[in-house]
Amino acid sequence: MTELNMLEAINETLHAEMARDDRVVVLGQDIAHNGGVFRATEGLLEKFGERRVVDMPLAEGAIAGASVGLAVAGLVPVAEIQFLGFAYQAMHQIAGQIARLRYRTQGRFDPAITIRAPFGGGVRTPELHSDSLEGQLANVPGLKIVVPATAADAKGLLASSIRDPDPVMFLEPLRGYRGIRDDVPDGEHLVPLGSARTARPGGDAVVIAWSHQVELACRASDRLAEEGLSVRVLDLRCLVPLDLAAIAEAVDACGRVVVTEESPRTGGFGGEVVATIVEESFWSLEAPVVRVSGFDVPYPVGMVEDRYLPDEDRIAAAVRHVLDMA
Amino acid sequence: MARPTDEQRREMLVDMVTARVQSQRIFNLQRQGRVGTMAPVDGHEATIVGAAHALDTDHDWVLPQYREPIALRRYGPEMLEHVMLYNIGHPAGGHIPAPIRVLPYQISLATQIPHAVGLAWGLTLQDDPGVVLVFFGDGSSSEGDFYEAGNLAGVLGAPVIFLCVNNQWAISTPVHLQTAAESFAAKAAAFGFPGIQIDGNDVDAVYDAVQTARTRALAGKGPTLIEAVVYRLGPHTTADDPTRYVPAEDLEAARRSDPIKRLRTELETAGLWDDDVQAEVEEAALAALDAALEKARSTPLAPDAMLDHCYTTDTQRLARQRAGLLAEAGPGGSAR
Repeated sequence: MTELNMLEAINETLHAEMARDDRVVVLGQDIAHNGGVFRATEGLLEKFGERRVVDMPLAEGAIAGASVGLAVAGLVPVAEIQFLGFAYQAMHQIAGQIARLRYRTQGRFDPAITIRAPFGGGVRTPELHSDSLEGQLANVPGLKIVVPATAADAKGLLASSIRDPDPVMFLEPLRGYRGIRDDVPDGEHLVPLGSARTARPGGDAVVIAWSHQVELACRASDRLAEEGLSVRVLDLRCLVPLDLAAIAEAVDACGRVVVTEESPRTGGFGGEVVATIVEESFWSLEAPVVRVSGFDVPYPVGMVEDRYLPDEDRIAAAVRHVLDMA
Repeated sequence: MARPTDEQRREMLVDMVTARVQSQRIFNLQRQGRVGTMAPVDGHEATIVGAAHALDTDHDWVLPQYREPIALRRYGPEMLEHVMLYNIGHPAGGHIPAPIRVLPYQISLATQIPHAVGLAWGLTLQDDPGVVLVFFGDGSSSEGDFYEAGNLAGVLGAPVIFLCVNNQWAISTPVHLQTAAESFAAKAAAFGFPGIQIDGNDVDAVYDAVQTARTRALAGKGPTLIEAVVYRLGPHTTADDPTRYVPAEDLEAARRSDPIKRLRTELETAGLWDDDVQAEVEEAALAALDAALEKARSTPLAPDAMLDHCYTTDTQRLARQRAGLLAEAGPGGSAR
């Protein structure tokens, strides 16, 4: 084990996967000579050369679209979109082409493409840098949506994503890049896609979360523990495929559920989690499910974003609320 | 100048006549309700066939839009099977078997252009000695993907040939409403590689332009944009009524430079073609089409086929949906 922050874990994994499989090609804006604007790709150019680590022109659609061609050629593209909000400019290629390459060629070509992108707020970025699009992406058949919350999972899930023949949107919590730091297994470490993780044990209620919200849910759980409450935190780790058994198990054990996410509420993935609980675990519920989320407005500017973002206070309040209901 | 041999010109006319006859038959099948919406090839044959014959089918890739596959006979008889499966709406219509280096129909216009650049780039990374030719239309040149891909191809020096088939119409939108540029070929200036405009009804000119671009690409000198000027002689698709917007006199003039008429006259003058050959080729084309249609219609179709190939293995969710769909279909899958 080595203690790493999330960026270090991602960088280490990119190095390891490029060394393991020479079909892996890393492409994106500012990723080669600059090592990425967050330094996630630092050192790759020096180690693997400019044929495999490629600075791209400023065009998200071309980054995603060229990845399709690279995959058809038998390569394994790992593309970086500098901020997930800019994936809007590649959505026709991500949703319309990458996601359905295998489907529309009836199995001839594997879109073994991983698109990495930081997302989420709290760092006073300009417009569109903080948007949470995971709910929109989860509505695209063919994509896998991976949302790690720890450095160890960033390593294990990124390695699994790059090796997966399905296309993966690998969404990295911008706020957690340097803020999240934990023990990361040395050497090969794979976390299977579609397995949730219990981040805090507990039996009075469960908070279901992903990405940076897991950290906040854990803080809320720790605080509520001081009040004598036992609040479990379930980290989904992947939205697609979704770990249905882990959700059912947590709901059956706790009976009271809070689902928290940063994205706007309407159409957000939290709604999908709630629907899953209603379909699969309705009779285990002791109270209506409570949702915590962003608001149904575009992600706001710096002076007001702290009001927008669900924080540990809001999550804790939601837990108290779900426990207060008869 | 790269000139096709007499034998190549004859083969090209076979492919052109075959494509038109088959396309017209598929058009009629659509009118009978036996196949879905299709886009007739009439007027585009010299460009598509001339380009295909200038390529090395073992190494070079073709990325079509939706009007070209019927004329890619040179890539093998499997292409016609692909066309018929696609046209009857069978899921297997998306599958062109390996090792044929053609991607299936692309409906979302211009999205195939960045694919072509990525593929050409990938070929160089794999030391695969091939080039990529991508077809798109005058309308597609207005899409962002065209500019993003052209720019990227120029930067990478990728071995790709951009073949813009300017057939004067994007459904009902004429060229002057599509661009204020003096030509589509002129747009290559922004990408830093050559752009040339050719008569797309002249199969020799198409062959030469593609050969030249191919040689250039293989020599590591990068991409070429070719604008092939033709005229769409039929409707955009079976769902279109061009009499609402195509001036009758323009269409009449265009018919006089019909690419098939033109090559046929030349070959007849050279003693390489006559009415008997024409009848033979047409008959063979229709027989091949009937056989492909029959084969397509008898291709097995499981009730849950529409769920295949979305993920390598079904997600748990999808596996449940599959079970539900199979239960709904009942034993033998005949409920729908």
